[in-house]
Amino acid sequence: MKAASSLVLSRWLRGSAVYRSVVRHGVADTNRNRSLVVFENLFLHVHPVKVREKTLRLRHTYWLGGISLACALVLIATGILLMFYYHPSVPQAYRDMKELQFVVDNGMFLRNMHRWAAHLMVFSTFLHMLRVFFHRAYRPPRQFNWVVGVVLLIATLLLSYTGYLLPWDQLAFWGVSVGTNMAKEAPVLGEKVRFLLLGGNIVSENALLRFYVLHCVVLPVALLLLLSVHIWRVRKDGGVQGPPEDSADGEEVR
Amino acid sequence: MSATPPLDLVESGDPIATPRRVALVRPDIRPAVRTKDEKYVMTFPNLIVREVILFQIVVIALAVAAILLDAPLEGIANPLETPNPAKAPWYFLGLQELLHYFPPVVAGVLMPVLVVVALVVIPYARINLTAGPLWQSSRAAGAAALAAATAGLIVLFGAFRCWPIVVPTVAVGIAMFAARGGERGGAFRRTLAKVTLPEWIMLWFTVVAAVLTIIGTFFRGPGWSFVWPWVSGPQG
Repeated sequence: MKAASSLVLSRWLRGSAVYRSVVRHGVADTNRNRSLVVFENLFLHVHPVKVREKTLRLRHTYWLGGISLACALVLIATGILLMFYYHPSVPQAYRDMKELQFVVDNGMFLRNMHRWAAHLMVFSTFLHMLRVFFHRAYRPPRQFNWVVGVVLLIATLLLSYTGYLLPWDQLAFWGVSVGTNMAKEAPVLGEKVRFLLLGGNIVSENALLRFYVLHCVVLPVALLLLLSVHIWRVRKDGGVQGPPEDSADGEEVR
Repeated sequence: MSATPPLDLVESGDPIATPRRVALVRPDIRPAVRTKDEKYVMTFPNLIVREVILFQIVVIALAVAAILLDAPLEGIANPLETPNPAKAPWYFLGLQELLHYFPPVVAGVLMPVLVVVALVVIPYARINLTAGPLWQSSRAAGAAALAAATAGLIVLFGAFRCWPIVVPTVAVGIAMFAARGGERGGAFRRTLAKVTLPEWIMLWFTVVAAVLTIIGTFFRGPGWSFVWPWVSGPQG
């Protein structure tokens, strides 16, 4: 009885003008409507209506790109929440870490999640690159997407690195000091680039503000734009490329 | 209509020597010639449901990690008090380890730039597109050149006493030459025999990067001296 009434309710809801204006296709119980799920939504930019069945297998991609993307989404969600509690100034930045730990509800959980997701993203992105290389998935027509991927890996490293300074503890300060001292060694431009990055000659308040802006605005926007190109091109280039296969006569099928 | 004259099939890639070519169908440039019947499935629900599940698994795993392990937080930043050792985040510790052996401009600038350039050119370098198993067309000259290049790398990094690179180079070099003639060996050697030269190089790079990062993370203490991780815990 109860089940029947909820069915009626759901049918009424799905038939309503407001619902139909948002979701244009009916229930995805026929292949026609399943294709409409892709056609009539943003999905078409990412996925074709049908995919090769073997691309769903674990050993095809090990889902490493997906893991990296999932990390990016978790990082955006937790990062926005962390921004509510954070001031990029000295010494308030460090006090905010303590606030997160002792005052904010689940503040420590939020910070932990952000940190572990960042580490996992660096790791999974690197593994993703190795997977693509050993599956030779950089071959034509995917050459440029490989290059976009390399830039994305660098963007990931820079995001993680700029975020490393934000807690403003000893670990952050000296970690960034060590790294930016390396940049100083570059011939001609090294000193200038370091000055531009830090807003001074040492890691200071200015550096904290610059790293904050890079970490929360510049690099995430760059990452999202490149990520859109990267994922869109995967579809344009014929879907994910798995391990090279040996055909019957021993020659490789691309 | 006269009977078709018997066909004289000659296989040749040289149009001057065999001008009466009728058709040239190369399997690697005409994918239509070797189409395969592939099974397709609907993206929704097959792929999209899997993606949602993957996302959930990642979120759950991260949440469990976030409950069990706290992110590190040390005392407030103090420019006057340098910790010993001062370490970069783990993914840069390979570079920092290199700094121990090479002048800063080499370890901090030249090598990272070379790595990025090498990664970017991968799909445009011909060898990456055409290379077959390394020892399949094994010629003595090629093997000698390869041995010389490997030895050259070992001597170069040995001159800087950079053992974290020398040891993996020797190990990968041994594996590479052990793969020679491996087609007739056991399962492992047969797998090794299928590895192409670009793959050997990437394998070498990965092993070197991993060894450097692990040493930098776990085996470096005050003054960048070698320590055992169970004596002093990992830092950075």
